[in-house]
Amino acid sequence: MAEPMRIRATMAGDVADVKVLMNHPMETGLRKDAKTGQLVPAYFIQEVTATINGATVLSADFGSGVSKNPYLGFKVKGPKKGDKVVVNWADNKGDKNSAETLIG
Amino acid sequence: MNALRRNVLKGAAGAGTVAVAVAAGLLKPTQALAAWNKDAFEAKNVGDAMKGLGVSGPADSKAITIKAPDIAENGAVVPVEVTSGIAGTTGITILAEKNASPLIADFRLSGGTQGFISTRIKMGQTSLVRAVVKAGGKSYTAAKEVKVTIGGCGG
Repeated sequence: MAEPMRIRATMAGDVADVKVLMNHPMETGLRKDAKTGQLVPAYFIQEVTATINGATVLSADFGSGVSKNPYLGFKVKGPKKGDKVVVNWADNKGDKNSAETLIG
Repeated sequence: MNALRRNVLKGAAGAGTVAVAVAAGLLKPTQALAAWNKDAFEAKNVGDAMKGLGVSGPADSKAITIKAPDIAENGAVVPVEVTSGIAGTTGITILAEKNASPLIADFRLSGGTQGFISTRIKMGQTSLVRAVVKAGGKSYTAAKEVKVTIGGCGG
C-alpha cells in the first residue's frame, strides 16, 4: 500500500479549512533516468475525492503537471467541529490511498 | 455509505485486510466518478485542452484571483492558489499554458465548498498560469504570468 497521507482540517468561523499532503512521485513519463537513460514511465495520481460526513465536497482529476507529493488545500462552508473529512486518491496504476480526520 | 463500510469491515479478517477493506469501502465515491478525461489531459495546447474539457470561449473575469509567485526559481514546485469570487462556482481548472501538457488539474466543487483551491504545480518554462472557473453553466478565466528561472541563479 502507498505511503500514508497527511490531512488536517480546522474551522475558521463557519468555514472548514482542509489541507492534504499526499505522498506520490508524480512521474510525468517525460523524465529520463540519469543512470540508464531510459524514460521513467508515467506514474501519477489521477483522481482525488473528498467527502465530509459522507457527502462529496470536492472531486478532482489530476494530470502529471501536479508537483511531486501533491498538496491540496480547499475550504468548505457549513460543517461543524468533529465532522469527518475523508480524502481518497487513485493513480494511473490503480493504486489507491485514503486518509481521514475530524475537523478540529 | 457507512452501513456498507461496516459490512466490509465485518467481512474482513486480520489487521492487514482491515486496512484494505477500509480503503475499499471509503473509495466508493471514486468509483462513482466519471472516467479520467484522457483527451483533455493529453492535449498538447491550451485550445485542445479546453475543447477536451468542454469549455469554449470563457469570458475574462476580474473576480478570479490567482496567487502565484512572479518568479519561480524551481519550476518543479510552483505554489498556486486560485480564488473565485463568482457566486455559484462549481469548477476550477488550472493550466500552465506552455507545459508539454498544459492541463494540470480539474476540480469539481460541490456541497459547501468555496471557490478556492490551493496546490503546487510543475512548470517547464516561463508561461501564463491560467484558471478556468465554471459557474452557473458559464465559463470564466483569468491568467497570471510566472517566470521560471532555469539554472537556479535566482533571476
